[in-house]
Amino acid sequence: MARKVSTRRKLIMSAIAWTLGILIFFPILWTFITSFKTEAEAVASPPSFLFFHWTTENYAQVQERSDYFLHFMNSVVVSLGSTFLGLLIAIPAAWAMAFSPTKRTKDVLMWMLSTKMMPPVGALIPIYLIFRDGGLLDTRTGLVIVLTLINLPIIVWMLYTYFKEIPGEILEAARMDGASLPKEIVYVLTPMAVPGIASTLLLNIILSWNEAFWTLNLSASKAAPLTAFIASYSSPEGLFYAKLSAASTMAIAPILIMGWFSQKQLVRGLTFGAVK
Amino acid sequence: MTLKTILLGAVSALAFSGLASAETLTIATVNNGDMIRMQKLTDDFKAKNPGIDLEWVTLEENVLRQRVTTDIATKSGQYDIMTIGTYEVPIWAKQGWLLPLDKLGANYDQADLLPAIKDAVSVDGKLYAAPFYGESAMIMYRKDLFEKAGLTMPENPKWDFIADAARKITDKGSETYGICLRGKAGWGENMAFITALANSFGGRWFDESWKAQFDQPEWKQALSFYVNLMKDAGPPGASSNGFNENLALFQTGKCGMWIDATVAASFVSNPKESKVADKVGYALFPTSGDLTNHGNWLWAWNLGIPAGTKKAEAAQKFISWATDKAYTELVASKEGWANVPPGTRTSLYTNAEYQKAAPFAAMTQKAMTAANTAKPTVKPVPYTGGQFVAIPEFQGIGTAVGQQFSAALAGQMTVDQALQGAQQLTSREMAKAGYPKK
Repeated sequence: MARKVSTRRKLIMSAIAWTLGILIFFPILWTFITSFKTEAEAVASPPSFLFFHWTTENYAQVQERSDYFLHFMNSVVVSLGSTFLGLLIAIPAAWAMAFSPTKRTKDVLMWMLSTKMMPPVGALIPIYLIFRDGGLLDTRTGLVIVLTLINLPIIVWMLYTYFKEIPGEILEAARMDGASLPKEIVYVLTPMAVPGIASTLLLNIILSWNEAFWTLNLSASKAAPLTAFIASYSSPEGLFYAKLSAASTMAIAPILIMGWFSQKQLVRGLTFGAVK
Repeated sequence: MTLKTILLGAVSALAFSGLASAETLTIATVNNGDMIRMQKLTDDFKAKNPGIDLEWVTLEENVLRQRVTTDIATKSGQYDIMTIGTYEVPIWAKQGWLLPLDKLGANYDQADLLPAIKDAVSVDGKLYAAPFYGESAMIMYRKDLFEKAGLTMPENPKWDFIADAARKITDKGSETYGICLRGKAGWGENMAFITALANSFGGRWFDESWKAQFDQPEWKQALSFYVNLMKDAGPPGASSNGFNENLALFQTGKCGMWIDATVAASFVSNPKESKVADKVGYALFPTSGDLTNHGNWLWAWNLGIPAGTKKAEAAQKFISWATDKAYTELVASKEGWANVPPGTRTSLYTNAEYQKAAPFAAMTQKAMTAANTAKPTVKPVPYTGGQFVAIPEFQGIGTAVGQQFSAALAGQMTVDQALQGAQQLTSREMAKAGYPKK
């Protein structure tokens, strides 16, 4: 039964929603605007919002100085690679925990999550040494491996909650019809869990894209993704805010656009199973 | 099926790990104007040294420091040349992490390096890194505001004069603040300034037996002076201002004085970036009372070679190219004298063309000559380093103490509480690190 909502209430709610939305989006908008200013205008006080001399000089300079395409490709390969590798491992793992739990399942899940509670720098030196000896420093393969490991707990947890919503009886029925385990996962479970898997996938691509600790510390020049590209424009001695803004805009644009187009899927997946 | 295709695509893309030729030097560097300019001019090096290719990794200072420290400590050899500060050079050289620079070539003029800088990057008389650009600290002030207030800045001012002048110039109604100083917590941010300030007040971090000295009257005097002055004549929110924030304030005409790294002079006097470019005067870092200590601020960005590299010879060739006199002339011919990297060579300061192009040259040289990092304080100390203490523990301790002082500036605690906190945490960390060492 639909509740009657007064126009006044609707207006207030809309106003609050818009204010919050703009508040959250404002830093990105400001970065975007700053990227078209000169360095002097970027630090001017009071700052000008729209009425300044717009210039694309910063983009030209960033383009001239760095190989944007190389960093972009590295980001794409690393975030897609780690997400797909993660899903490949996490789908069977989440299946096992959701449909065939033991009395230790809860502990295992908690233990996996606990790996996210340690500050990453605590593991930097051991991982760095392993990467050095394995020849993985500054390689895309190395970054894919480490990001897979970092995000695996989140992927498993998300998939586990989605899988829990699927009635086990359907899988049982498939088994009684003679489906083998791989077939059961690929043809019965996965199609039903598509919204959940899709949102896990999207969220993990975003997380991997933005990951800045490991990607910065384990790469140098060849495998450096867009996080390193941004870091190369920040300076403690010198005001390069406009160039930094241009570099940031270029780095976040692809993931922002992807998020925009897939937001329906993302929201649907995140609220999947919340209301029955 | 689509998943498989994408996976295959990802895997094949992984195979592109780059085909490096035998002599590609990987150079890690900070992002500042002089370094970016060097990257642009490397065609000259490649023309003179065919067969050596260069690959740049430019990073923000703090990221770079963490990155290269991890690499050199694990001897991973990701970089052939590293850009490191005067803080790292002596510590790393003693650890055996850096190669001595003994093959810079017969023509490389070592005697021309500024003595203070040369000492800062040498251990036992051997050069372990070559300075690319250097800086000390000085006062930058607004000549027009001083004139309006009927003040004349002496070349060698005392802190009392600075405090009076700052209070006189301050006009909070028109957002003009007498003095802008660093307040953002960090060993390389507020602690650089406050350590130099304390040096000039006769304070020291440690006594000869490595006992922390924050309970001594000199520190209380210095820190109270700083906090009171900033309260009366500083900009609002000063506890989050670092070099860049103050630069923005000064350039937009909001500060009467700014005491900071000499390298700032080239920014504030550049009419393209600064509104007050033609109104800036310079003076030495102030002294206190009868003391003659100017704080002894000295910093240089240097090029060093990690011991793990297999391309030491080519790396020395590059360092020799980037830090010798010929490079200065190359920059001058392409970008003008105002843009040459400052603060490393005596010959630059006797060059008439440079002095004409850079109005701050004379004062910069005086400031750099006045700095003595071997004897930074009035009372004797067991350490070297001017605005920092050259021990590995300093990064952590300096930042923790910086947080206390930043809180005192923000009014969250009193000067006494901040000093007490600093004394406690420094004593604890030093004991943990096993000081006094032999």
